[in-house]
Amino acid sequence: MPKAKVLVTLKPTILDAQGQVIQNALESLGFTNLKRVRMGKYIELTLEADGRDLNQEVREMCEKLLANPVMEDYSFEIVEC
Amino acid sequence: MKFGVVVFPGSNCDADCYYVIKDVMGQPVRYVWHQERTLNGLDCVVLPGGFSYGDYLRTGAIARFSPVMEAVSDFAERGGLVLGICNGFQILCEAGLLPGVLMQNTGLKFICKFLHVRVETTNTPFTSMCRVGQVLRIPIAHHGGNYFADEATLAELKREDRVVLRYSSPSGDVAPEYNPNGSLDNIAGICNKGRNVFGLMPHPERASERILGSEDGRLIFASILNSFAKQKL
Repeated sequence: MPKAKVLVTLKPTILDAQGQVIQNALESLGFTNLKRVRMGKYIELTLEADGRDLNQEVREMCEKLLANPVMEDYSFEIVEC
Repeated sequence: MKFGVVVFPGSNCDADCYYVIKDVMGQPVRYVWHQERTLNGLDCVVLPGGFSYGDYLRTGAIARFSPVMEAVSDFAERGGLVLGICNGFQILCEAGLLPGVLMQNTGLKFICKFLHVRVETTNTPFTSMCRVGQVLRIPIAHHGGNYFADEATLAELKREDRVVLRYSSPSGDVAPEYNPNGSLDNIAGICNKGRNVFGLMPHPERASERILGSEDGRLIFASILNSFAKQKL
């Protein structure tokens, strides 16, 4: 069955408050070689291989619902599993 | 003037809005379930605060696909008044009825407190009874009130006098220290091009009676009634 692995991330110019807090926490744990931490979302979609163009379909899902283009970028890969 | 208050699964300020419209303002009002597909007979629709669909994915992201939202969109297109409060504002942004998006507060905390907002324009049916520069004391209660839009959108909002409310000091100074959530340019409320759709993060329905600590929110509802009456003349 094909599976789409979707990553939704904040656009690089947008302040990522959660990423910053994570960075601070990691630094306080002694991991001092961090340049920047950004947090995103991972969404896994198990699909039906029914002859449709899955790339097109997943792109539509991302654009319609999964990501908000005002603040987020998305990327995905479709793998067989 | 007939009002509708939309109820999404997870709305929690619907009863407060209903109460203020009916008992404080003395106007006819009905609940509109999110599955309804028409808003016939209504003059103003309120999208209340709450946590529609548990804020899953993004605030308002799922609610904006509720059947009623198509009707809200048509209603707005025809010039009907749409007031989105808090989660309602978030839904209006997700639906594209207002530009931009409401992101998580930069402090990452839910903030529930009274604060001050300055009225930036009275050229909307929602603020027609206010004065420009008037400071309203109205509470916020949100986790995602951090308004963001790209530069071009912000410039357009300013150029078209569509920033309606900004977070301010009690005396009306707009400065970063009065910004509770990281909101772009201290924006607390904006309207659409047609000026008939208004979204704001503060809760006017929680500040419409003296016993609740402020009556300033009532000005929003009074403005709506006043504008509607004038339009009828």
